[in-house]
Amino acid sequence: MKYIGEHLLPGQLGHFAAVLSLVASLVATIAFFKSNKSNITAEKLSWLRLARAAFITETVAVITIIACVYYILANHLFEYNYAWEHSDKTLQAKYIFACLWEGQGSFLLWIFWHCILGIVLMATAKKWEAGVLTVISFVQFCLATMLIGIYFFGVKVGMDPFILVRTEGLLDNAPIFTDMVTGKLRADYLTVLTDGSGLNALLQNYWMVIHPPVLFLGFASTLIPFAFAYAGLQNNDHSWTKAAIPWACFSGAALGTGVMMGAAWAYESLSFGGYWAWDPVENASLVPWLVMVAGLHTNLIYKSTGYALKSTYIFYVLSFILILYSTFLTRSGILGETSVHAFTEQDMNLQLYLLVNVCFWLVPFLAASDVKTKLQYAAIFVVTNVLSFYFPFFTLISCAAAFVYLLVVMNKKAVPSIQKEESTYSREFWMFIGSLVLFLASFIIIAKTSVPVYNKLFGTKIAPPEDVPFSYNQIQVFIAIILGILTAVTQYFKYKDTPKDYFGKKIWLPTVIAVVISLAISLSGSMNYQQHGTGFMVAIHLALFAAIYGVVANVGYVWIGMKGKLKMAGASVAHAGFALLLVGILISSAKKEVLSWNTTGITVFERTKDQDPAENITLFKGIKTDMGKYDVTYTRDTTNNEDRKKYFELKFEAKDGKDNFTLYPDIMKINKGRQEPSANPDKKHYWNKDIFAYATTWSEGTPTDTTSFKPMQLKEGDTVFYSSGLLVLNKVEVNAPEFQTKVLPGETSMALNISVISKEGGRYQARPGIVINQALGTIRNIPDTVMAQSLVLQFNKVADEKKRLLEIGVKENKNMNPLMTLKVYQFPFISLVWIAVVIMVAGFIMSIVQRLPPSPKGGLKAS
Amino acid sequence: MKKIHIVLLVFIALSIAVLISFMGNLSTYETIASAKQKQGKFVTLSVKMDKSQPMVYDPVKNPNYLAFTALDTLGNAVQVVYHNSKPTDMEKSERIVIGGTMAGDHFECKNILVRCPSKYKDDPNAAKRNLYDQTSSSQN
Repeated sequence: MKYIGEHLLPGQLGHFAAVLSLVASLVATIAFFKSNKSNITAEKLSWLRLARAAFITETVAVITIIACVYYILANHLFEYNYAWEHSDKTLQAKYIFACLWEGQGSFLLWIFWHCILGIVLMATAKKWEAGVLTVISFVQFCLATMLIGIYFFGVKVGMDPFILVRTEGLLDNAPIFTDMVTGKLRADYLTVLTDGSGLNALLQNYWMVIHPPVLFLGFASTLIPFAFAYAGLQNNDHSWTKAAIPWACFSGAALGTGVMMGAAWAYESLSFGGYWAWDPVENASLVPWLVMVAGLHTNLIYKSTGYALKSTYIFYVLSFILILYSTFLTRSGILGETSVHAFTEQDMNLQLYLLVNVCFWLVPFLAASDVKTKLQYAAIFVVTNVLSFYFPFFTLISCAAAFVYLLVVMNKKAVPSIQKEESTYSREFWMFIGSLVLFLASFIIIAKTSVPVYNKLFGTKIAPPEDVPFSYNQIQVFIAIILGILTAVTQYFKYKDTPKDYFGKKIWLPTVIAVVISLAISLSGSMNYQQHGTGFMVAIHLALFAAIYGVVANVGYVWIGMKGKLKMAGASVAHAGFALLLVGILISSAKKEVLSWNTTGITVFERTKDQDPAENITLFKGIKTDMGKYDVTYTRDTTNNEDRKKYFELKFEAKDGKDNFTLYPDIMKINKGRQEPSANPDKKHYWNKDIFAYATTWSEGTPTDTTSFKPMQLKEGDTVFYSSGLLVLNKVEVNAPEFQTKVLPGETSMALNISVISKEGGRYQARPGIVINQALGTIRNIPDTVMAQSLVLQFNKVADEKKRLLEIGVKENKNMNPLMTLKVYQFPFISLVWIAVVIMVAGFIMSIVQRLPPSPKGGLKAS
Repeated sequence: MKKIHIVLLVFIALSIAVLISFMGNLSTYETIASAKQKQGKFVTLSVKMDKSQPMVYDPVKNPNYLAFTALDTLGNAVQVVYHNSKPTDMEKSERIVIGGTMAGDHFECKNILVRCPSKYKDDPNAAKRNLYDQTSSSQN
């Protein structure tokens, strides 16, 4: 049957390209493997030519897939499930890429970066090309299976991004799409299916356009040291460690940037109330970075001294495996109840697990020297995975076995290790300790993050602790202390052995400076973080010293140790950046403040002994509200149809009159999954802090005021009731000083001092009154409002002069004004965090440039 | 024995100690009935909002007070009190995960995690309903 208006060509082309990329990567894997194995130059070359052609074909196919998905999204072809699920017509063009990342497109991005890095390696890796690209091509093959969506023996493999809405069963049984005559889908169903369900509002942020590409570049880059490690074992040649160093630096830079861009996004969209919340999704990408950096350090140790080769192998292998594991965690939906990240769940748990497991086995299997051992490994792989179908904990056994065999293969391949002990006065000793601490930190983080996995494997019911961030911070603060000090002192040691007086002579000055600076900050009392007891606060201050020590010592080393040769100072710059990052994290987290403490008296909330949850303040349109240091007025709101946002204009006036500004937090309307509009914060940057405000709830109010004033008569001291409490007329005041602001020259005022006592026990003062200008004979009525009770009071008239009976008008109107509930945070010195990341990444890049092999044309001079 | 081995052993011991102490901090997933047995202990519940019962949230009166009734899979109900603003999407949620303590007959909630119905996997019909909503509204 033909359907009117469908565009099937891009889908068919895209699906063809997906299958082509799968086949081409398989061919490339085999050909690179053969080329690497072969000892005959001619045969080696001919396999290599085939492999390169296959790899280039794959790259073209991948770019074609991306182009097809982009075409579908950009042209709003909602017959495709991908376009229907992830976009809609009102989406701004700049967010089309964000739609691409939301679904399986992130795999595409990952594959794309592997292609690019693979091509760079084909041009530069020389004798390592075949070995390294064998692994890259194999991983490409595994990832390509995620996108084909073909059934093998009744098991669906991957998710095809080009499936149609009508084949997904979403349109079945819906009367509107059904042809009255045949009872089947209408041929012109697309005239009804006119819009998609839209992009998740959280992703409609400019960070979401650039964060995923950089993060996935980081993901892809961890494969390169892993592939080098494989090639080294396979060829029994450990000189790969020299070529791998720039790649490990690159990975540190790319993955580090990607992770921190994610943090910047979390901060800007404020979906976590800060830039880091130890959310499983964040942890899962931080941990491979820590392990990669550990590997980089052991790699440098090996290059300079010959120690630590085995740990280099292990760290590089683990870093990539942890990337796969993180993909498994975030994509399989296993995190379900512990993460707030809104990833689209796909039914690919098994396939994602197998990807982790297969890559674990890949190195021992391929590097095993004889066929018998290979068969043995294959058998164990198959048996443990079949068993894991029935007993899930065999997945663990399978991975553990693979790791053990990795060690066995390394022993068999006689990976050299030096038996002589390192000197404690050597750089390598402390670098190695540092790598171990990094590994330890990552091990603890990933062990905690994996709690949902244990629940799945062992059927336990362990839930996250009460205060998740603190459960991480209380450990990691000690890691920060050790790392800060190690970053500070290690460069002052020389490799192999350091004369004691040399070390002492060089280190004393940075130490003294760091002690002075950190004492100045600590004693200034600005870091008074008592929430978790004195012990934790002492640890924070120690960590602050260690981090400052790291900054000072590394900046100092450029002059003390390297005599100002900045070109060679990549490591010092990266370390100074890392230490500064620790400083920024410590200061900004220890001093995060809530500014929107509810001081209006509107609330009648229960304070508990350890928390005061009144972090939201209600603002009525046009009413100035007291919020601690500031008075805030919700002056107006505007709606922008282009980005579908409603902006609240909030005027902040500091009580000391020095700091007035306007913020425009907004809410975005979205129809995805029938979501409510979601709130985006607005911020005011200062050099030393950021102020963030966002709407937590809002109400349009009733536009027309229909209720009228209800008259009530009372005397001084009398009490009358209104719907939710009572009014007491305390006394009649003539020319009361409190009323004078409303009085013009020449007028006399008469005001009623009324106490409003609500059912909940809140007490408010109201002072409705009249002002009389006897010269002109005019009377003005000045009503008063009690916003909290939606109450307007006015002084109508004197009802009976003899009985001193007065008449007041009482108007009650729920929601008479548009209102919003606001939360305001202050983050101090947050800019330190971002600056530090930039410095650290710059240091990594300097190190790469420094270590690039000298170009034959003499373009780049290696000094 | 090399110094590095001693360091390694110390690190291993430390990390085990850390993980054991972490285990002490963890809470458990409970049902409403079992949570009631553990008064005052921090627990985690995976529940649904009972939409037949009224939800109390009035930012005019108190923007930091939310109360609603939660139902667990066994059909037990409990009143939940949360001293903070109402999470957006709360009414549309398929399921919510709440952490807090039982205080007498009600649950004092400290954190709420809303599971949104955009996860079509849990409920394929959610996607269909969503589609009908759109198409029927675009017809109007």
